[in-house]
Amino acid sequence: MGEFLRVALAVAAKDLRVEHRSKTALVSAIAFAALVLVIFNFARDAAALSREALAPSVLWITFSFSGVIALNRSFALERENAALDGLLLAPVSRSALFFGKYLANLAFVFTVEAVALPLFVLFFGVDLTGVVGGIVLTAILATLGFVAVGTVFAAMTVRTRFAELMLPLLVLPFLLPPVIGAVQVTARLLAGRPLGEIAGWLRILGFYDLVFITLCLLLFPPLMDE
Amino acid sequence: MPSPAEAPLLETQNLERRFGAARALRGVSLSVRAGECHLVVGPNGAGKTTLLRILAGLARPTSGSVTRSDGRRSIGLLSHQSQLYGDLTAVENLAFAGRLYGVAEPTEQARARLASVGLAERADEPVRALSRGMVQRVAIARALLHGPRVLLLDEPFTGLDSQSSELTLRLLAAEQAAGRALVLVTHDAQEAWELATHAHLLVRGAWAFSGPREASLETFLRRCREATHG
Amino acid sequence: MSDALAARRATRRGLYVTTLGLLGLAGVYVLALRYTPMERFQGLPQKIFYVHVPAAWCALLAFSLVGIASALFLWLRDPRLDLFAESAAEVGLVFSVVMLTTGPLWGKPVWNTWWTWDARLTFTLILFFLFLGYRALRGALQDPDERARFSAVVGIMGLVLVPFVHLTVYLFRTLHPQPIVLKPSAPSLPDEMLRTLLVSVVVYTVLLLGFLMTRYGLGTQARLKGGDHAG
Repeated sequence: MGEFLRVALAVAAKDLRVEHRSKTALVSAIAFAALVLVIFNFARDAAALSREALAPSVLWITFSFSGVIALNRSFALERENAALDGLLLAPVSRSALFFGKYLANLAFVFTVEAVALPLFVLFFGVDLTGVVGGIVLTAILATLGFVAVGTVFAAMTVRTRFAELMLPLLVLPFLLPPVIGAVQVTARLLAGRPLGEIAGWLRILGFYDLVFITLCLLLFPPLMDE
Repeated sequence: MPSPAEAPLLETQNLERRFGAARALRGVSLSVRAGECHLVVGPNGAGKTTLLRILAGLARPTSGSVTRSDGRRSIGLLSHQSQLYGDLTAVENLAFAGRLYGVAEPTEQARARLASVGLAERADEPVRALSRGMVQRVAIARALLHGPRVLLLDEPFTGLDSQSSELTLRLLAAEQAAGRALVLVTHDAQEAWELATHAHLLVRGAWAFSGPREASLETFLRRCREATHG
Repeated sequence: MSDALAARRATRRGLYVTTLGLLGLAGVYVLALRYTPMERFQGLPQKIFYVHVPAAWCALLAFSLVGIASALFLWLRDPRLDLFAESAAEVGLVFSVVMLTTGPLWGKPVWNTWWTWDARLTFTLILFFLFLGYRALRGALQDPDERARFSAVVGIMGLVLVPFVHLTVYLFRTLHPQPIVLKPSAPSLPDEMLRTLLVSVVVYTVLLLGFLMTRYGLGTQARLKGGDHAG
């Protein structure tokens, strides 16, 4: 267990250090999220749909699409100079390598979400008093799951010619359960519904995370095994 | 000279590698002991890179066995590509590798290794800024960092200027003298002939011939020509 | 017997089973149109039900086969399992398209709407996209071993996803009941309709088997010809 975490943290630190050098990916992802929010503001019939009614959907589409876009870089940097071989050569568990990548991706996507959420509040005039904690918890739960799936798929699609297209095509069906759950919870929180109503959805999100993180940890080694 | 009774550092038996109908390797066996340098030559597509990847543990054979004296830890690989992160400095790259391999004091070790390949002054520059020859040296330093018993090299002299080639040859000779074993894939046997203790020709996935090298390079090259055109 | 000959025989066996299935399908049409009572409120279009529902069942069955073959492949690394998964995915794609096109054909005349987000249609739509993604990934990878490994992981993950999609879509729908609900499997089906449905399901399964065998045989022939290209 100690070795597993040591390796994972080393890989995550390396990923974040590489990102820190250029910073372009993070800035671009944040800019993308902001632009999506802006477009949503205009892409609706103001008379028919209030901002409040659309708010949960807007938030979650922004989060999930920005998240998926951000995942490509995760393995693109390993592709250059065949750095991935260097990782796979080491006498370490491949699951630990995956976990390190996963942690770095989580840090990345959480950062994007942390900037996008205040922007969302600003642009959509949504009142989050009292429910910020709930929204953040939902965001964490939903993100944990889809980043795991996205990390595995990014490892695959980076080997294809149209990685930027292939990754969303493969990942979006997997976003359906977390997004449905997250939107339901967010809508109820914004409407001031009691916690009892959302507990069930949060449990589903949590279960999804558990199942898919485990599955990804198990599938990454055979995936990498030529 | 190591005695023949010493256990091999790396051994394979009857390696087969195929997927469906296509066969990349057929019945390949190899035994590598300390201080030996095994030259592997062959035409393009013979399966040399596949063999190296299996020896390194990056690929699994369809059947047959690979035994390493100390698991993947005993192997170092120098391939076509540097396996380095261009945005990180040489020290950062090596320190990361050190952490992966559980090397004590990775950063200090990294600097020491880089100094031993003559790159102490450029150690804190991003790898992206280094020339091909220097990148090769960083890659060698990285491969040797964790003290592997066996070094696998895929065309280590390709694309290098003569100074870098010289340096590489000296580094490898030093490693060999220190008891490491080398498996060197090359299309030009001449470059590494002086290091070689064994020479093998791989044609269409199988050994055309394999064993201790003969005295003369010309004889070997003639045998290769006969085997590939015969 | 040579591999090529064996592959040709396998394809031919598949074609026999497919022909059997197609004949059965003709029989189902006759059964549905002549020997099954007309539904009182929906009339003739309701009979699409006997084609629509079994197609959904076959799409799901094919998807499960992809998942199981994928898991077995990762464990045993037998290329034939990869070919089986590839074949099942193609067949499943066909059945899901059948289901998704017969849905609107049924919905429009009866409920005046081309599409509803009912649980079964939505679910099959997701399956359709998973099949599509699986095939797209395979098409984008050149190395046969890599293609097999990667699509196997997608197959397994897709199969695990299915219960979650089913659950969340179902919950979503119970909270947002659509004004029009396709209720194909109401438990109150009269006996003759149930009988026709079951016969249709059996025939469709035979068709699935036939398509699968034929596709597998054709795939084996293609691979033997040395064309281990993306398929």
